[in-house]
Amino acid sequence: MKRSPTFEAAKLVFVRDLTLAWRRWDEVAQPLIFYVVVTTMFPLATTPDMSQLREIGGGVVWVAALLASLLALESLLRADVDDGTMEQWVLSGQPLGWLLLAKVAAHWVLTGLPLVIMSPIVGTGLGLPTEAWGVLMLSLLLGTGTLSMIGGIGAGLTVGVRRGSVLLSLLVLPLVMPLLIFGSRAVQMQMDGDSPAGPLQLLAAIFFMALSLGPVAMSAAVRIGVES
Amino acid sequence: MSWTWFHKLASPPHAYRILGRMAPWFGWAALALILLATWWGLVKAPADYQQGDGFRILYVHAPSAWMSMFTYVVMAVAAGVGLIWRIKLAHGAAAACAPIGASFTFLALATGSIWGKPMWGTWWVWDARLTSELLLLFLYLGYMALRASFDDPQRADRASAVLALVGVINVPIIHYSVEWWSTLHQPASVTKFDKPSIEIAMLIPLFIMIAGFQLYFGWAISRRLRGEILRRERNAKWLEEAA
Repeated sequence: MKRSPTFEAAKLVFVRDLTLAWRRWDEVAQPLIFYVVVTTMFPLATTPDMSQLREIGGGVVWVAALLASLLALESLLRADVDDGTMEQWVLSGQPLGWLLLAKVAAHWVLTGLPLVIMSPIVGTGLGLPTEAWGVLMLSLLLGTGTLSMIGGIGAGLTVGVRRGSVLLSLLVLPLVMPLLIFGSRAVQMQMDGDSPAGPLQLLAAIFFMALSLGPVAMSAAVRIGVES
Repeated sequence: MSWTWFHKLASPPHAYRILGRMAPWFGWAALALILLATWWGLVKAPADYQQGDGFRILYVHAPSAWMSMFTYVVMAVAAGVGLIWRIKLAHGAAAACAPIGASFTFLALATGSIWGKPMWGTWWVWDARLTSELLLLFLYLGYMALRASFDDPQRADRASAVLALVGVINVPIIHYSVEWWSTLHQPASVTKFDKPSIEIAMLIPLFIMIAGFQLYFGWAISRRLRGEILRRERNAKWLEEAA
């Protein structure tokens, strides 16, 4: 079967980003360390009592995951825009949205997925019971995917801006509040013995909407950053 | 039917003239309606049997909350028009909307909080409407921060337009997620307090006030858009001739 050139190009982008990240794996590890450090701060700041921590555990894991993946977003496009790679993509004749989607997917594999895998360990430290692990990971799986996509739009908008990282947080955080609400509630409901299906389905709906509309908005944002 | 009048609107000198002519009408009409509604709401309308005179802040709170969302939609539509048809004036209108909308949002938050003190006993409750107003304020602030961080006005226009469109898709999601979150957390008695079936005598001044606020928005946007046009066209020849 002959594959479409767009698919081939997107695959190249995906593999290239993973290879580049592999060569600088310490940068990839930084958000993950940040994630663990932030969640450590909550017991220290509030209480070491596990039964009280359990009340806020799901929310804390979610907040820390959002902040950690936000931290990683800043470097998503900057290097490629600075050295002109992004300009070549814009001129390549391939649909920019697909290339960016591949880039966001690679970014998610490098930052979102480790957070998801790490979350049961971090959650255990905050008193989350084993029964909540599955829901926590599933909600983070959907949530970090959406966050990478929405964050990609934000990164595209701020790529040409001095001191873009604070601005990026200011733009992206209000937009991802619904993820936080649904994600932490899903964990809470599972722990209370309710069915978490409702918030999880809403998370999935938001994920698919971000997946379908996100690349369009992101390519518009990147074009503005590159063309001038 | 000829569309020339419509296309003429996108030309800065023409729009500048028209806006200058419209602004006083909006301004005086807004002033008249707001004064009328203030008198009606504060003096003529009956006191609430439950909340006493405290409910009267509703006449500022509800119109500003409504205007805060209305302005965001206007801003997003203007930004979309600017982005799609590359009309600079539409971008100018979107830019002019943002501070007005943020002020309305702030006013809604402040009056909501002042109302909350006697009714709830605290200045702030994580009530669904107040929380989504707060998030709306964050969206406005992000929009203005993004716009301010570009030196080149055309890039600022287009980047902030993309953000406004992403934001306007998100506003209903944020609104309903916050609503859902709040109903899970709070007893219904508090939110029920917020929307009693309101009497018609109380409703009339509210509608007048909303109309007044809309006209005020018309006045403010005309003035601000004129300012935007002046700033953007400061080197244009027609301004020299007009001056």
